[in-house]
Amino acid sequence: MEHDAQWLRLPLVFLAAAVLIVPLARWLRLGSILGYLIAGVLLGPAALGLVSKPATVLEFAEFGVVLMMFLVGLELEPKRLWAMRRPIFGWGTLQLLGCTAALMLIGLMLGAPWRLALGASLGLAMSSTAVALAVLAERNVGKTTAGQSVLSVALLQDIAAIPVLALIPILALSGANAEEEGSWQALKALAAVLTIVLGGRLALRPALRWIARSDIPEIFTAAALLLVLGTAALMQTVGLSMALGAFLAGVLLAESAYRRELETDLEPFKGLLLGLFFMAVGMGLDLQVLRDKPLEVLGLLLILLLAKGTVLTLMAKAMQIPVLERPLFVLLLAQGGEFGFVVFQLGQQTGLLNSTQASALIAAVALSLACTPALLQGAERLLTPRLARRHVPQGAAMDAQQQAPIIIAGFGRWGQIIGRLLFANGYEATVLDHDAEAVESLRRFGWRVYFGDASRLDLLRTAGADTARVLVLAVDDVEQSLAIAALAREHFPHLQIAARARNVRHYYKLRAMGVTLIERETFDSALMSGRSVLELLGEEPHAARRQAWRFRQRNLAQLEETWPLHKDEAALIAAAKQGRQQLEELFAQEREQRQQQRRKPAGWGQGD
Amino acid sequence: MAEILVIAAHPDLQASRVSHALRQAIDKAGFPPQRLELRDLYRLYPDYAIDLVAEQQALSQASLIVWLHPLHWYGMPALMKLWVDEVLAHGWAYGEGQRALRGKRIWLVTSTGGSEASYAPRGYNGHALQEFLLPQAQIARLCGMQILKPQVVYGAHEINDEELHQQALSFVQRLLDYPDGCEAPEVDEVLSCWSLPGEMEGTGDGA
Repeated sequence: MEHDAQWLRLPLVFLAAAVLIVPLARWLRLGSILGYLIAGVLLGPAALGLVSKPATVLEFAEFGVVLMMFLVGLELEPKRLWAMRRPIFGWGTLQLLGCTAALMLIGLMLGAPWRLALGASLGLAMSSTAVALAVLAERNVGKTTAGQSVLSVALLQDIAAIPVLALIPILALSGANAEEEGSWQALKALAAVLTIVLGGRLALRPALRWIARSDIPEIFTAAALLLVLGTAALMQTVGLSMALGAFLAGVLLAESAYRRELETDLEPFKGLLLGLFFMAVGMGLDLQVLRDKPLEVLGLLLILLLAKGTVLTLMAKAMQIPVLERPLFVLLLAQGGEFGFVVFQLGQQTGLLNSTQASALIAAVALSLACTPALLQGAERLLTPRLARRHVPQGAAMDAQQQAPIIIAGFGRWGQIIGRLLFANGYEATVLDHDAEAVESLRRFGWRVYFGDASRLDLLRTAGADTARVLVLAVDDVEQSLAIAALAREHFPHLQIAARARNVRHYYKLRAMGVTLIERETFDSALMSGRSVLELLGEEPHAARRQAWRFRQRNLAQLEETWPLHKDEAALIAAAKQGRQQLEELFAQEREQRQQQRRKPAGWGQGD
Repeated sequence: MAEILVIAAHPDLQASRVSHALRQAIDKAGFPPQRLELRDLYRLYPDYAIDLVAEQQALSQASLIVWLHPLHWYGMPALMKLWVDEVLAHGWAYGEGQRALRGKRIWLVTSTGGSEASYAPRGYNGHALQEFLLPQAQIARLCGMQILKPQVVYGAHEINDEELHQQALSFVQRLLDYPDGCEAPEVDEVLSCWSLPGEMEGTGDGA
């Protein structure tokens, strides 16, 4: 009976805590992560004691991190991952080694033995993938330079966790057989990764297709969960990071047709489990150590943040991350992480650390997790405006309400041409660009360009979106363009949007949002080149012009027909093939007709 | 698709008084869509890329075609001429037994900058207006259409508001009455003064 009550009581406690405290935390502008952490502290043994064994919850809740890594993987096609190999292995390694070295140096100066200093430093050098990625997602900055850099470094840490965890027993001098154990471990790990890669390539997609065809939605969801948990279990058996395995599985499915479906199915689980994870971390906070040795813990926390922060600040400069994004990069990676907990626990088990040392380290890491959201808030309030003032040219911050009938979001290659046309015709426009350096140089050329991110509602409002008539959506980034379009559609429905599409996919997505005035950025200039080629081949310039226009009309009509299919790749491909064929036949037919007409110049002079 | 099809062409509608007034009269009359369709060429095809299929389809459905344009350099505006060149294609509108427009009525409604008096052998423009309309008449004839008496608004820049209003009223009244008052081919009467050689009735041999 007691057992029954327990399984019901735990979810009740967790869900109630989440529902009560997280919205409250968000309302206080603390961010949901801090909300979950506070909820965890309150529930944990240190405060209310509603949950007696936080460690078990943590184990279970780690699946939140696993699911998150799977979803991150889904967003990354193998091609993109391959393209990121340099940042991952280059900057990631530099972060890990650099931070470890800095921390170890301080440790040695404080008189710690080198083995202890190295082990602890390795644990502290790790950052929290969960917090970092959750913050990136919450603020929708995953695609920025800083966001991508954070992801690269976090990935390397997940990979590096394996050798680090292997190194701890060796440091503890637990015996000579550690090394042999290590190579056996490595072999098993390699086999597991190969299994995932090959299985994902060969077996997963047909299996998913088969399951999807059964047309039972919950079974597809079950399959998605099974897939992630199965991968995680496999990785765990061979002693690898579960999150890394799930990430790999995600990457392998990134190109498949089921990407969106998997994402939609798993997203809610991810959110809740991740919340549970943060609550578990909060529960695990050892307030006892904090009470007994507050100075030590706080000292450790300061050393941790300052040492890593310094290394990361130098790195951010070397990586050429835009100045205003640097605080995000530094703060997200300067905190400790989940792997730290594991390293310190292992260190304690193997005797590298004593229990006081481990507790203090764990508390410092947990505190660093807890204060990261607050630090980010602080940086945003205090540091960013100052950085912006220093790096954004005089007067480029939009401080007063704008009134122009046109807002141009993005003033790069595309927006500038539109802007010049509008200005030449005597129209006023409010121009926004989120690249501080570009804004500065544009201002030097006399443009009234404001620095700002048009995907922020308050900024759009200041730019005059309530009264403006047209929004020119000319930003480079597809995700950002879609975000701005969605925002404008929702909050300023009267605003006409004239959008630039990077490609057909972007076109479809904008179209699906109800945007109608869309130009693909390369289409018309490519048609002009096409005309030139037709002319070079001997067509008359006028005939070439006409054929290009006919092609354009056909192409647009076809786009209009196919955009409702944009989520169904197979139908889209079929429609595109058919459209191309029809076009070729039609043009061939017309060529034939024209030839006939030339042969027989009849038609007038004789009635019928 | 409507039974009355108005093909309107004015390259600078904002600067126009007459075209503006006539179109407003159409708007005010509130024709149902199956009754009248106005195709504004300069608005539909600002890049001169005419959609042949759409134009031919609209023409096929109509029984009265109205050409509504100002006289530019004694003829049609450029896009209107392109429309004629491309839409009234050989094999569709004329020639080889394909006579999609045969028997349809055509009505030209046009305006001139010059006064009525200026269109005379001794006037500023040297010829009667009908002579300048000869190409339009022959185009219609070659396509086998029945030509109605054109409505001409002279002195578009000087005409006073009251007179313009009357012109617009009579224009739209004609459309409202259609097909009444259009049964009899007024062609002969109308064109008797258009120095058309030979007076051929749909059997024109250009030789």
